[in-house]
Amino acid sequence: MTATTPVPLSPAGNPIGFGRMLRKEDARFLRGQGHYLDDIKLPGMLHGAILRSPHAHARLVSIDTSAAEAHPKVKAVITGAMLEGLKLAWMPTLSRDVQAVLATDKVRFFGQEVAFVVAEDRYSARDALELIVVEYEPLDPVIDARLALAEGAPVIRDDIEGKKDNHIFDWEAGDREATDRVFSEAEVVVAQDMLYPRVHPAPMETCGSIAHMDRVTGQLTAWSTTQAPHAHRTLYSLVAGLPEHKVRIISPDIGGGFGNKVGIYPGYVLAVVGSIVTGKPVKWVEDRSENLISTSFARDYHMHGEIAASRDGKIKGLRVRVLADHGAFNGTAQPTKFPAGCFHIFPGSYDLDAAHCEVTGVYTNKAPGGVAYACSFRVTEAVYLVERMVDVLADELGIDPAELRRINLLRPEQFPYTNKTGWVYDSGDYGRTLEVALEKAGYTELRRRQAEGRERWRAAGGSPEDPGAGGEHLMGIGLSFFTEGVGAGPKKHMDILGLGMADGCELRVHPTGKAQLRISVQTQGQGHETTFAQIVAHELGIPPEDIEVIHGDTDNTPFGLGTYGSRSTPVSGAAAAVVSQRVREKARIVAAAALECSPEDLEWELGRWQVKGDPEKGKTVAEIAMLAHGTLELPEGVEGHLDASVVYDPPNLTYPYGADICVVDLDPGTGRVKVDRFIAVDDCGPRINPMIVEGQVHGGLADGVGMALMEAIQFDRSGTCLSGSLMDYLLPTSLDCPSWELGETVTPSPHHPLGVKGVGESATVGSPPAVVNAVIDALEPFGVRHADMPLTPAQVWLAMRGRPLRTDIVEM
Amino acid sequence: MRVAMNVNGEEVGAEVEPRMLLVHFLRDELGLTGTHWGCDTSNCGTCVVWMDGEPVKSCTVLAAMASGRDVRTVEGLEQGTQLDPVQEGFMQEHGLQCGFCTPGMMMTARWLLDHNPDPSEAEIREAISGQICRCTGYENIVRAIRWAAAHQPAKEVAS
Amino acid sequence: MQTPAPFEYEHASSVDEALALLERHGPETRLVAGGHSLLPMMKLRLARPERLVDVNDLTDLAYVRREGDQIAIGALTRHAQLASSPLLASLYPIFQDAERVIADPVVRNRGTIGGSLCQGDPAEDLSAVVATLGGSLKIRSRTGERVVAARDFYLGPYETQVGPAEMVTEVVIPIRPGAGSAYEKVERRPGDWAIAAVGCFLTVSGGVIADCGIGLAAVGAPGLPALEAEAALRGRPAGEEAYAAAAQMAAAHCRPQTDQRGPAEYKRDLVAELTRRALRRAAARVMAGGA
Repeated sequence: MTATTPVPLSPAGNPIGFGRMLRKEDARFLRGQGHYLDDIKLPGMLHGAILRSPHAHARLVSIDTSAAEAHPKVKAVITGAMLEGLKLAWMPTLSRDVQAVLATDKVRFFGQEVAFVVAEDRYSARDALELIVVEYEPLDPVIDARLALAEGAPVIRDDIEGKKDNHIFDWEAGDREATDRVFSEAEVVVAQDMLYPRVHPAPMETCGSIAHMDRVTGQLTAWSTTQAPHAHRTLYSLVAGLPEHKVRIISPDIGGGFGNKVGIYPGYVLAVVGSIVTGKPVKWVEDRSENLISTSFARDYHMHGEIAASRDGKIKGLRVRVLADHGAFNGTAQPTKFPAGCFHIFPGSYDLDAAHCEVTGVYTNKAPGGVAYACSFRVTEAVYLVERMVDVLADELGIDPAELRRINLLRPEQFPYTNKTGWVYDSGDYGRTLEVALEKAGYTELRRRQAEGRERWRAAGGSPEDPGAGGEHLMGIGLSFFTEGVGAGPKKHMDILGLGMADGCELRVHPTGKAQLRISVQTQGQGHETTFAQIVAHELGIPPEDIEVIHGDTDNTPFGLGTYGSRSTPVSGAAAAVVSQRVREKARIVAAAALECSPEDLEWELGRWQVKGDPEKGKTVAEIAMLAHGTLELPEGVEGHLDASVVYDPPNLTYPYGADICVVDLDPGTGRVKVDRFIAVDDCGPRINPMIVEGQVHGGLADGVGMALMEAIQFDRSGTCLSGSLMDYLLPTSLDCPSWELGETVTPSPHHPLGVKGVGESATVGSPPAVVNAVIDALEPFGVRHADMPLTPAQVWLAMRGRPLRTDIVEM
Repeated sequence: MRVAMNVNGEEVGAEVEPRMLLVHFLRDELGLTGTHWGCDTSNCGTCVVWMDGEPVKSCTVLAAMASGRDVRTVEGLEQGTQLDPVQEGFMQEHGLQCGFCTPGMMMTARWLLDHNPDPSEAEIREAISGQICRCTGYENIVRAIRWAAAHQPAKEVAS
Repeated sequence: MQTPAPFEYEHASSVDEALALLERHGPETRLVAGGHSLLPMMKLRLARPERLVDVNDLTDLAYVRREGDQIAIGALTRHAQLASSPLLASLYPIFQDAERVIADPVVRNRGTIGGSLCQGDPAEDLSAVVATLGGSLKIRSRTGERVVAARDFYLGPYETQVGPAEMVTEVVIPIRPGAGSAYEKVERRPGDWAIAAVGCFLTVSGGVIADCGIGLAAVGAPGLPALEAEAALRGRPAGEEAYAAAAQMAAAHCRPQTDQRGPAEYKRDLVAELTRRALRRAAARVMAGGA
């Protein structure tokens, strides 16, 4: 069944299967009864606060905590030296590096954790931070990643034995020789440098944890803002040497994640230590500044792209060199074999002859991290690179960007398609999706109006010398076509710290026919409680209101790696479908026993097994559930009850794709850009709940506008983060976003049991290049071919004056 | 110091430090955790409540400054078991995802509709422009408020 | 979230009481009204007053009224009231221009003109507006009242003429029949502080600019007047040529600094562009009937 088949409605009016359904979780959120981390108050609970480094790079000379300890409401002050004694000063990162929980030898980024205070209330904890005296000996920092490997650069990670430079890894993908050959033979080669700047997911709820170590039972319960509770449990066990059966992670309602809540931060570990030391529950919740300056940033890829093509616009090859700034500790959350994640999807949606990329990761004196912000493992960077390069080529060849994409998009008959770095795209009809988007946008008419507008601007006196003369604005039209690889991932290719990326799932149908589904993935607003109930409904015919989805508590759910990289529906969604199918098959055996026939004689009609040729004779799932729990004699070897559990190891990634078109209005006199229209046509396979899918796309498009126009984590030369509050790390508001125009095509994934592909990050991946391409397009009269994000008014002004490239650094 | 105020129609009071922020008073002293906080600089608007009938950012108001005043929070939107049309609209139009900004958004929306029962899209976008949502791209929030405008119970509109 | 350091708190129910408290407790006492400048600074612990005196009950200081040939604005008038004042809308639409782009609607429900002006932030919009219009501020102490011209009010960034035992009670703006005024601001995003902003007013007599004022935000001291640009305009025929000359003077004489909002050279260029835009708009408002 696909989304287009009519779906019967439940007594409550919900679709028994796919279709628009209001969310089950809304009832509590609308009444202010969501239960987020900071809403939790435990008896005797204490509050932690972290003292952070004011230097980007400095030797720790001394810490005096005596005055803080003397504060009447302070219960404990913890330093790196104390943690060393407990062997907890360093914790493993998700990339097999280590990160300081509290600094012991040096501080390595502005905002690094230096000491932890536990006090009776949050105000006192904050007060006591000011009583700690730390002496630092400042060292030269490495802030500009491009200088990290320079001769004589300060060595950041001298804690690693024998480390003499700031190099982390070199990694490549694709065929170097074949690519070089294609380039040497190409009629046209164009190169472009570009920075995908450091950005931050900045969910509205910051990160935090409440740890309660029960001294008697040895049980650690941690309520944490985590997108991956099971992975956290295993990591806590590895970090602290705690027996894993005594560790319980509870993820309450999460106020947005976007990747920010994948990793374990020092504050989480410190809450545990605080609880061990005091014997009380300890809550630590970061403030917004801490969130922005210390937790997982995203991107920070310095890229050099080259594209080879024929004069008539056939793309032949793509070559990329990347310098990846990973900050002071390599905390990027990528599958082990892929230190640049899925970046090697950079050949994108195009039929090329060859492609090759090299990525070098370096340490800098900046916050660690490097995955977060809805990026599906660096796909965002890859798509930005290729979609910018295609526009650069279009500019070089004088071919319309839509036409150039038409010429080069993969054709339906090429699927499944093995791309030039070895990925197997599952399904696609790219050309159709592009045409739907162009049609929806009224592309030809837009181009005509754009030409008229440029003429008006010139006629009014506008020129590169006096762009504001006459006050006329310029229109820009930008396209992008993205292909993502999501749903990590097949165990044979992907693991994190040795943990395979397969997901467990359990389904119990109770005697009265109501069901509970236990999942390992963790919603942060995606609506799992609704969507997963619809999956079970789709497979079993149980009304979705009769299915409770249980998640977020490791003691009550099966193991799985959590929600990020758009993996919930591709992996756990498949698990939910498969586990429902298993229950259905078991129900068939029970029904056959009750109807005294062979299971082969039965056929499935949504919610009911019935005798072939005699549909009057049959049993509903509810009837079967009661029978399965009752006294009915079942065939030899068949156990009672109506439950099943599965572990789903995806055979491949899924490859959602889409076409985005952005229309901007640029005020050339000031450099100000406004997004006037945005058209997004997504193909994520069948849509389980189209309302939720559209919501996911809306949010991602706003992210894209934010990154393209305003978001950047910036530093000064000394490494002080200049974006440590929402006054300076700007997030898009309702006035920055147009009313989104969405469309869809439906191309099922052949290997997913529901054909669905995942959509959580599609718009975040596709929209930044569309916005940037639109702004560059608006700047055509200025001969601008590229300008780095974010395209703030100042950045547009600089681009118009021949200075389009950025660094993370603000010269003050 | 002693602060006392009317919250959602109920007289409440407590002994607090003068520096206690209204948002902490509501959440920690009264247990009204529907009002959230998301920044330190009055930029995000997740903490919006009404004080004397006007939306304010409760992270930038001292509990002491609210003493003697009327405060209304998200917990005061529902009347009996009847959801406010704004709440209903947010559900019908999928105006929330993670739900964190939602209480503040709804408080502003309710105020807007009380003063402008038929706001345009532009007026809605302006009204909520000091409140950040990272999930919805604002589209469905705008639609939710339009929905509420179209489903107002018949009553007098405040001036 | 961040929390302020401890302080004492008192309520004032009259101006006299507020002044008495300021005098009694000394220079570490601060008045708080809307609190939208002060409280975030206190939470970040960049400001640590020992005592706050809450003046929100001084509702008799919340007014916009005509007094002879002046407009008097009480210090406790909130942004939202300024934005909706018919008097300001008809005489000085520059206020509405500015209010539309100050912070956001919820913040504007709380923030006051007195607080905004006394903060002394170089990027603050109302400081530029009041300087543009050649307004003045009434400063009261226990011993009396003095009037300081807005253009003399700031000693530097975050520094004003207001002494530790004084408070601003009123802002006075001269009425200029037939004047047109406008405010032009460019920010990185709605609600942000200005990258640069320019306010201006014009009166035109027989096609010639009779009187004018230009104030700048975010490109130097708070409430920075563009004196050279004003001089370049007075007595010249209203029109593009005069505006271009004024724009060049304003750009040449402002003192922007490079920061996250952009390089100084951009801000300077922006001042030129915004000056000519503001002048055009103000002039159009003159034409449209002098308001």
